[in-house]
Amino acid sequence: MPIVSIGSLDQTRFQELVTRKRAVSAVLSALILVVYFGFILILAFRRDLLALKVGEHLTLGVPVGLAVILSACVLTGIYVAWANSAYDESVRDLVDGMKGGVK
Amino acid sequence: MNEFTSTIGQPNAVSIGFFLAFVAFTLVITYYAAKRSRTASEFYAAGRSVTGLQNGVALAGDYMSAASFLGIAGLVSLKGYDGLIYSIGFLVGWPVIMFLIAEPLRNLGKYTFADVVAYRLRQKPIRVAASCGSLMTVAFYLIAQMVGSGSLVKLMFGLPYETAVIVVGAIMIAYVLFGGMLATTWVQIIKAVLLLGGATIVVVLVLARFDYDPVNLFDAAVLRYGPKVLEPGGLVSNPWDAVSLGIALMFGTAGLPHILMRFYTVPDAKAARKSVFYATGLISYFYILTFIIGFGAMVLVGQDVITGFDKGGNMAAPLLAEVTGGIMFLGFIAAVAFATILAVVAGLTLAGATTFSHDLYANVFRSGRSTEEAEVKMAKRATVALGILAIGLGIAFKGQNVAFMVGLAFAIAASANFPALLLSIVWGRFSTVGATASIAVGAVLAVGLIILSPTVWVDVLGNAQAIFPWKNPALISLPAAFFAGWLGSVLVPDADAQAKYESQRVRNYLGVGAE
Repeated sequence: MPIVSIGSLDQTRFQELVTRKRAVSAVLSALILVVYFGFILILAFRRDLLALKVGEHLTLGVPVGLAVILSACVLTGIYVAWANSAYDESVRDLVDGMKGGVK
Repeated sequence: MNEFTSTIGQPNAVSIGFFLAFVAFTLVITYYAAKRSRTASEFYAAGRSVTGLQNGVALAGDYMSAASFLGIAGLVSLKGYDGLIYSIGFLVGWPVIMFLIAEPLRNLGKYTFADVVAYRLRQKPIRVAASCGSLMTVAFYLIAQMVGSGSLVKLMFGLPYETAVIVVGAIMIAYVLFGGMLATTWVQIIKAVLLLGGATIVVVLVLARFDYDPVNLFDAAVLRYGPKVLEPGGLVSNPWDAVSLGIALMFGTAGLPHILMRFYTVPDAKAARKSVFYATGLISYFYILTFIIGFGAMVLVGQDVITGFDKGGNMAAPLLAEVTGGIMFLGFIAAVAFATILAVVAGLTLAGATTFSHDLYANVFRSGRSTEEAEVKMAKRATVALGILAIGLGIAFKGQNVAFMVGLAFAIAASANFPALLLSIVWGRFSTVGATASIAVGAVLAVGLIILSPTVWVDVLGNAQAIFPWKNPALISLPAAFFAGWLGSVLVPDADAQAKYESQRVRNYLGVGAE
């Protein structure tokens, strides 16, 4: 990492970056919380819904459980795809623009 | 199908052979790692040389304990669908780590999560409080693993309990003491690959008997044991208890010291993110496998046979391996389970030793003025001491009901470690008093309420009626820890810490100055 002085940071663009980052983290966190606690609350209060048959013997609970697992993978995938490309590029731009930004 | 005789419990040349090969191979790795485990950054964090993929596999290795392999497969084999509820709970903590914890941890800290909490607060009180939370989590998790390992090895290899505990302890000390984080990481990677490979083979062998369609397997289970095996059952008798357990599992994962420590082994935040993604995928895959293994054991081995070997169902997966793949395959799976125990206790011991040497010795007793050499020396001493303590506790708790200890470890991690860590990252006005109060309230409530809960008050202490009605305290202790953190910060603000928040934010979001 280059040695840079914090005073030379473009504050407006940094605040924008932080706001965007926090929004993405908050929305994705909210999604996984809704998915998981939705599942737990159904389990706790309307267990019968998960016992509904979707095949000869197969219950709704099995595909729903798999969907919760899959959603955890998909949401982390969305985050890493965004953060490792668009976000990291903005970070690099900001750091390059700081004084003393020698690599 | 019910009437086969198993060779489980007899010392089996194949399993001993596989196990010795694993130990020999990992000790060779430890020998080479020892040359690169001298400085603090090498010993604690493998010189930050681990790639995102390697760390992802190692994280999965750290997380997929023998308890989750044998325990969840066993739970599914006896209770059916209910076993999946635990798997899901153990998994959903990973997105939380990804969205809220992984990058700030990597960018702000050096070796422990206490580095992040203490980043702009007063070092001594924070380090002491965070170390207590950290050590309690590690201790309870470690006791559960050691006792579990003694019983499992006794069941599978017929070794005496004490011998098994001493063997596990001694090999684990060798990994950590000589090879530090680098050896521990490679032990985790090898073990994760073996475990995922072994579990995949079991699943393929099972599904081969059902036209490669899991639905046929589920149908066979329903025909034999009734529709209840595919329905949520008695595991969640009290709705609020279910929610409380959900909170502990989800946020506890994001407060486990041995998991958090792994984020310091990668070079930067980008690699840290990648590693969470790989870990989430691998752990998801693993839990889907254990679900099928559980149903496979239910149908192909039979519930009576499984409970005949172990009431808790822990032998479901090894028995299934024997039914589908013969003695050779049983030997392989038994050796993998043993290797799994070794790897997990090694990770826990390293996390505990680092807390002692980095947080308590270097930053509290020596006020941050110790040399790196002295710190590593102290870490190695702490490793030996913790290893011997783990063996002692494993033997002391022989035959005790320690199943609640994993739940307790998650409850403490979710209540004492997670709220303070999150608040220190996202809230500029979080103060020293607030952080100390948050950790103390979270830890005391988690431990206190579990003692008063049915799991300890009734099942362990033998009282007739529990004082606290739920099995898990997190629904009370986690919000209480957040509240204490807020109240302490409002009542006793920390002007110094607030002033430093801006530079913390720059380092957190841009990685500028990260080690």
